[in-house]
Amino acid sequence: MVFGNWSDPSADPGRPVAYVPASVRRSAKIVVAGGFGVGKTTLIGSVSEVAPLRMEEPITEESTGVDDLRGTPGKTTTTVGMDFGRIHLAGGSLALYLFGLPGQIRFRPLWEDLTEGALGCLVLADTRNLDACHGALTLLEERGTPYAVAINTFPDAPAHPDAELREALALDPATPLTRCDARDRASSLYALITLAEYLTTRPAATHLDPLESLR
Amino acid sequence: MTGPRRDPDMVRPYVRTGGQIRPRADVRLESVVIAANGPTGALAADARLVMRLFAPGDGDPGGGGPRGGGLAVADIAAALEMPPSTVRILVSSLMDSGHLTSPPSALPDEPASDVLQEVLRGLRELV
Repeated sequence: MVFGNWSDPSADPGRPVAYVPASVRRSAKIVVAGGFGVGKTTLIGSVSEVAPLRMEEPITEESTGVDDLRGTPGKTTTTVGMDFGRIHLAGGSLALYLFGLPGQIRFRPLWEDLTEGALGCLVLADTRNLDACHGALTLLEERGTPYAVAINTFPDAPAHPDAELREALALDPATPLTRCDARDRASSLYALITLAEYLTTRPAATHLDPLESLR
Repeated sequence: MTGPRRDPDMVRPYVRTGGQIRPRADVRLESVVIAANGPTGALAADARLVMRLFAPGDGDPGGGGPRGGGLAVADIAAALEMPPSTVRILVSSLMDSGHLTSPPSALPDEPASDVLQEVLRGLRELV
């Protein structure tokens, strides 16, 4: 791990800055999405070459689930934390950023920023709570962001056949479904490779017809 | 849940970024920027904080060499504990004003398929 120095006494001492190596000529990002506690940060920490960092974005949301058209709906501000890390590839010329993004539908505004320009998304799922990734899947489909699903194999989570998982998650037959142990670097890298293989082989990987995902 | 797009970030960036509310399209969370040899004139407080991250170290007592180098928008947001949406706009303004720029060796946007191939190859090399 390479940290820059952060010794300015007037600055917040708790935030090390890991500068991007001068060899980096381009950057890209992959989003790691899923419900709380599914292992997004763990996976990012397993593969990142710098200590994972956290950004915090305040978002405003309705404080009740009911639309209020009288002009003064109750709103609350929630701060959403997003962890991220970085891997240097191609002899250090490519910085691949991995952003962890909570999958709740109510975080939709954040998804616009995070998925913009993303190569794709790895959706992490826990078989004990598959429903937790439905929000992420819905948002990805809305955004037209390609994704693969990785089951994070928690030791006490039940194993299910792929067919059942695919059905439960309503996955397109072409969408990759894999398993990984987010604590393990190689296992996490293989999950990312599964995603990258899919991204490079899917037809018309570069087309961005926003209506496509709605059809 | 398909109401109109809410833009809760509108107020804060507007205030913090001197009126700008939209980042440049090429300034994303993963976009890497470096200090330019541009003007050092008066900047608003938040913009100054951003620029400080890029200031060459003046005799770092830790002995680790100067600060400075490239940072992505997300790195800046984390370092300064500022919302990434705000930092995107600040960085956009600082690029427009000539304070920040892309690294000199930066490659122009390439077809996504080329980048994907490079990512795939790179990840395979790691395992």
